[in-house]
Amino acid sequence: MAGHIPLSYVGKSSGKKSAEEPLAIRVLLISVALSFLFLFLLLPLLAIFIKAFEQGMGLYIASITDPDALSAIKLTLLVVVLTVPLNALFGIAAAWAITKFDFKGKSILITIIDLPFAISPVIAGLVFVLLFSSHGLFGDFLFEHDIKILFAVPGIVLATLFVTFPFVARELIPLMQSQGSAEEEASLTLGANGWKTFWLVTLPNIKWGLLYGVILCNARAVGEFGAVSVVSGHIRGLTNTMPLHIEILYNEYQFSAAFAVASLMSILAIVTLILKNIVEWKAGEHG
Amino acid sequence: MSIQIKDVSKAFGSFQALQDINLDIETGELVALLGPSGSGKTSLLRIIAGLEASDNGVILFGDEEMTHIRTTERKVGFVFQHYALFKHMTVADNVAYGLKVRSKKERPSKKEIKEKVKELLSLVKLDAFADRYPSQLSGGQRQRVALARALAVEPKVLLLDEPFGALDAKVRKELRRWLRRLHDDFHITSIFVTHDQEEALDVADRIVVMNEGKIEQIGSPEEVYEHPNSPFVYDFLGNVNVFHGRLEDGTWRNGADSLHQQALAYVRPHDVAIERQKSAEDAVQAEIVHIHVVGRTVHVELKQGDTDRFLEAELTKDRYRELDLKPGETVFVRPNQLKVFIPEDYSI
Repeated sequence: MAGHIPLSYVGKSSGKKSAEEPLAIRVLLISVALSFLFLFLLLPLLAIFIKAFEQGMGLYIASITDPDALSAIKLTLLVVVLTVPLNALFGIAAAWAITKFDFKGKSILITIIDLPFAISPVIAGLVFVLLFSSHGLFGDFLFEHDIKILFAVPGIVLATLFVTFPFVARELIPLMQSQGSAEEEASLTLGANGWKTFWLVTLPNIKWGLLYGVILCNARAVGEFGAVSVVSGHIRGLTNTMPLHIEILYNEYQFSAAFAVASLMSILAIVTLILKNIVEWKAGEHG
Repeated sequence: MSIQIKDVSKAFGSFQALQDINLDIETGELVALLGPSGSGKTSLLRIIAGLEASDNGVILFGDEEMTHIRTTERKVGFVFQHYALFKHMTVADNVAYGLKVRSKKERPSKKEIKEKVKELLSLVKLDAFADRYPSQLSGGQRQRVALARALAVEPKVLLLDEPFGALDAKVRKELRRWLRRLHDDFHITSIFVTHDQEEALDVADRIVVMNEGKIEQIGSPEEVYEHPNSPFVYDFLGNVNVFHGRLEDGTWRNGADSLHQQALAYVRPHDVAIERQKSAEDAVQAEIVHIHVVGRTVHVELKQGDTDRFLEAELTKDRYRELDLKPGETVFVRPNQLKVFIPEDYSI
C-alpha cells in the first residue's frame, strides 16, 4: 500500500506554480512601476535635453563654451581631482582601522563617519564659514598669513571633501568585515610586512568595492550644491562650480543655457551609472 | 626547533582565555591541543604564532625568546581552518607568495622559486592545479595548497588551527593520515588544534587536553585515553558511563548512601560486561533499551534497574551472538575496569 500515490493527485501538483500571480495583476503591477519610472525618472531627463536644444545647436555650443561656463567646468573637475583621491585614501584608512583593529570608541568613529550623510549640506557649509570667516575661529590666523579659504577654491574643496567623505568608507567597511583578516594573517606568517600585505593581499581583495565607492564619491563631488553654495561666494569665473553656474543661469532666465550645462552634468551622471553597473558586474564575477 | 611556553596567560576583557600555561614541545614532535570550544586552544596557538599577544609569560623557540618578536620574523608556518588562501592568486602564486615577498637579498631567483613551487605542489599532489584559482578547488585541495604555502618558507614550526575542521568526514580522515606521513618524512615541530578527539588520538605523538583556559592532562594518546586523570578528560575522550556509588574502606561500591563518601565510577562502554546471570556482587541489573550494530561492534543501550540511569555497552559481534540479546530483556552489567573520582564541583 505504501508508496502509491493516486494518479489524479500527481496530475494536479504538476500544474501551474501556486506562487504565480494572475495575468491581470502582473500587468497592472508592471505598468504602474513602468509609468512611475517614466514619469519621475525618464521624463525629467528627456526634458533637460529637449530644453537644452530648444533654441538650436548654436546656442547649445555657445552656452557650454562661454568663458564662465568653461571656468565652472574646470573648477568642478579640479575639485573632483582633489577630493576623490583624498577621500579614497581616508576611506581606506578608516575602514582598515575599523575592521582590522579593536579599540575603544570604535562605534563612535563609525557614527562620525556617517555624520556628513546625516546633516544637511547647507549646515556643513556653514560650519566652514564659522571656522574660516574673518570673524571665525581661525579668521585672525588666516588673515595674518594671507590665506584665503572661504569664498575661494580651498573652501570649495574642503566642503566637498566633507560631504563626500563617507562614500568610500561606507562601501569598504562591510566588505572588509565580511572578508575578515585571515588572509592578512596568513600573509604575515609567510613573512610579508604590513605594507606588502596591504598591497598584495588587502588591496586586490577590496579593489572592486573601492572602485564602486570612488564612482559614487565622484558623482557626488561633481553634483554637490548646498555646502559648496555656502562657501563659494558665487564669484563668476572664479568660484563657480557647474551646479552653481546652472543656478545662476536659471535665475537670470537663461533657461536654454542653464539646461545646456545641466545636460553635460546629466551625461556625466549617465556615464557614472554605466561605470557603476560594470563595476558591480565585475565585482560579482570575481566574488 | 623545540618550543617552550612558560606561564602564559591571556584575557579578553573579563574572559580568561588562558591561565598560567606551561608546556614544553620537543623538536620534531607532533602535538595536538585538544579541547572543547572556548578552552583556549586556538588562543594558545595564535600566541605561539605571534598573531595574538599574551598578557604575561614567555615563549621560546629553542633558546631564543620569541615573546616580543613579530609574526613576520617568527618563521612559523600557519594553516587556518578556513584555508585563508589568497583568492585573487593562482595556486602556484599562493605557494610562491612567502618566497616572493622576501627582501631582495634573501629572495631566491625566479627559477628557484618556480622549482620550489613545483616540488611542493607535487608533494601535495596538486601539480595539475598550478594555474587554477582557489575558488575552483575542493575543500581538501584548498587545505593542501595552504599546507604547501606554509611549507614553502621552510618554517621551523608548523602550526595548524583546526586544519580539517571544515572538511567532510572522509576527506578529513584521508588528510590527517597524509599529514601524519608528511610529518614522519619532514619532522617539523608541529602543533595542531582540534576539538575532535578521534583526530587527536589518530595523529598526534602527544595530546594536550585543555579545558577552560587550563591544561588538564598531557600525555601520549594511549595515556590520556586509558588513564585520564580527571573526569573531564574521561568524558571528553570518548564515551563514558558514570556509575553513582560510594567508597567503603577504600573500595568502590555501586549505589550511593548517606553513610559513606560519595564516589563516581567512570567506565568506558567497551569495559562494561553484559551477563545473563549475576556472577558477582557488584553486578547491576539493567534492561536492554536499544541495540544497534555498527560494523564489527554492537552498541547496547541499557537502563540501570536501581537508578533508571542510561548506560552504554560495546561488545563484539561474537559475544553478542553468544548472549543472544534482545531489546526489553533484563540482564546484569558489570564494569571490568573503572576509575573512581570523588565528586567535587564537577558534575555530570
